Amino acid sequence: MNEIENKHRRTVLLMGIALILCILASFTLGRYPVSPAELLGVLGYKLGLPIKPFWTSSVEAAVWNIRLPRVILSVLVGACLAAAGGAYQGVFQNPMASPDILGASAGAGFGAALAILLGASSMGITIGAFAASLLTVALVFTVSRHARGDRVLGLVLAGIMISSLFQSGTSFLKLVADPNNQLPQITYWLMGSLSGAAWSDIGFVLLPMLCGLIPLFLLRWQLNVITMGDDEARAMGVDPRKIRLWIAVASTLVTASAVSVSGMIGWVGLVIPHMMRRLVGSDYRFLMPASMLGGGIFLLIVDNVSRNATTAGIPIGILTAFIGAPFFLWLITGKGDHYEH
Amino acid sequence: MSIEVKNLSFSYGDRPVLHDISFSVGNGEFLSILGPNGVGKSTLFRCVLGLLSGYTGSVSVDGTDARTFSIREAAKHIAYIPQSSRSIFNYSVFDIVLMGRTSGLSTFRSPGKKDKELCQWAMEKVGITRLQDRCFHRLSGGEQQLVLIARALVQKAPVLMLDEPTANLDFGNQLLVLEQARSLAREGYTVIQTTHHPEQSYMYSDRILAIQKGRVLTEGKPKEVLTEQTIRALYGVDVEIVSLYHDSARICIPAHITK
Repeated sequence: MNEIENKHRRTVLLMGIALILCILASFTLGRYPVSPAELLGVLGYKLGLPIKPFWTSSVEAAVWNIRLPRVILSVLVGACLAAAGGAYQGVFQNPMASPDILGASAGAGFGAALAILLGASSMGITIGAFAASLLTVALVFTVSRHARGDRVLGLVLAGIMISSLFQSGTSFLKLVADPNNQLPQITYWLMGSLSGAAWSDIGFVLLPMLCGLIPLFLLRWQLNVITMGDDEARAMGVDPRKIRLWIAVASTLVTASAVSVSGMIGWVGLVIPHMMRRLVGSDYRFLMPASMLGGGIFLLIVDNVSRNATTAGIPIGILTAFIGAPFFLWLITGKGDHYEH
Repeated sequence: MSIEVKNLSFSYGDRPVLHDISFSVGNGEFLSILGPNGVGKSTLFRCVLGLLSGYTGSVSVDGTDARTFSIREAAKHIAYIPQSSRSIFNYSVFDIVLMGRTSGLSTFRSPGKKDKELCQWAMEKVGITRLQDRCFHRLSGGEQQLVLIARALVQKAPVLMLDEPTANLDFGNQLLVLEQARSLAREGYTVIQTTHHPEQSYMYSDRILAIQKGRVLTEGKPKEVLTEQTIRALYGVDVEIVSLYHDSARICIPAHITK
């Protein structure tokens, strides 16, 4: 028993180290070359270490103002989406659940499109998306309370219906948007991209992200029990409705934050938790931290590809779908699962 | 710990399911609840377990009204052993057993060393230590049932409720699980099972509660309850009851054979 737990613990630790290495490597990639020495120098200097600048001011700007916020945001967004996806798969006992199951993405898309239509600034778009995302999920919850029969099913169905309602709302906004500047902006936003990442984005989403990620991490044992079904969970002393609500609130916070700064980045929340199940099994004690780290690593790598593969920069949402869908196919056709004992 | 059910009635909407059910189970007793399909056995089971609360009458655990318990407190008194468990994700046997410790943990905690030691104790007790690293889904029905019993034991609840524990098992495993349930009752656990096997409940349990059409048909020691009349009233079939080994076993033989 302890051997298996220790193995999983080591895997999670290794992933943490891998994440740090990926972060460091990401700085050196890009059109403006930065050497590892310059990178460590700038970072140390900015953190207040007594280092005499031996780099040019443009290196400093590239590292601190452009690459660092983008790297941080990629990691955060990846971690949030994977954590929320993994948590939803548990509380809804549905391996196909993803972070947008309760309408968070559809709401954010509508909010962003509306903000763009109203000529909002980039910060205004982020705030609009975030607020609309929270409101949409709240609406889904309210509607599902009136649903007859199975509560969980009612919630998921309400999520699907209201998502589709907001998606058609977004389509309508695209129809009436100015086709010369607003429409491309909306379309581009919906594709999902981290290219405009700035410190102000991080400042806006960091707190809600932490307010969601921390409970998701702490509730990971309860998540295990919830996957046994409501009756068994109750008989083991867990209130499934309460835990489901907490998880939904926490997941909504992280998803809304992630989507509001990055647009629609699909597949991460669905694929990463399944990939991590291969590595550390289904036990959320290890699966939750592994998903957070794995989501961060994955999105960081994909964003590096998006940044460097083409000069135009393919939006990351397109790339994740490109990688995610075939990967998922490989996953479901792969030989058996991880507990072949 | 004793369970006392008094005048319990329950309706789904305006469809009454249980009428005025009363019975009690004492410390160290093994009670079997017998009855045909659809007479409210599982509804009664769920009411006692605290999974259904809209009943009238009362369920008390050692004199305390079970309705006053929080979910966590209820779990510390009564453990549930389902017929089968169906998480969509794969857990190891050890993880499943460890989940039984949840009622002893605060919401934001994961189990610690003491909890894991308790799991080792429970797995040893029901003889599944060798299975601990196996995937739960890949075990046989009998092994799964033993894992669920071990999970209930680490919950440290004095009352164990088994929902048709032998329903999906082959003959050997049925006896294995019943032996286990009886030996737990001998140790002082209060054990309640629902079952479709009159002969097995005669051989293994201390008391039988027979339910028909939502009411108590009869209740008492197996020797009093397991009669031709009871079987006819419960299942609508004619049988002849043959007593074997100085009445330590009774077999129900269908009438067409004895004629």
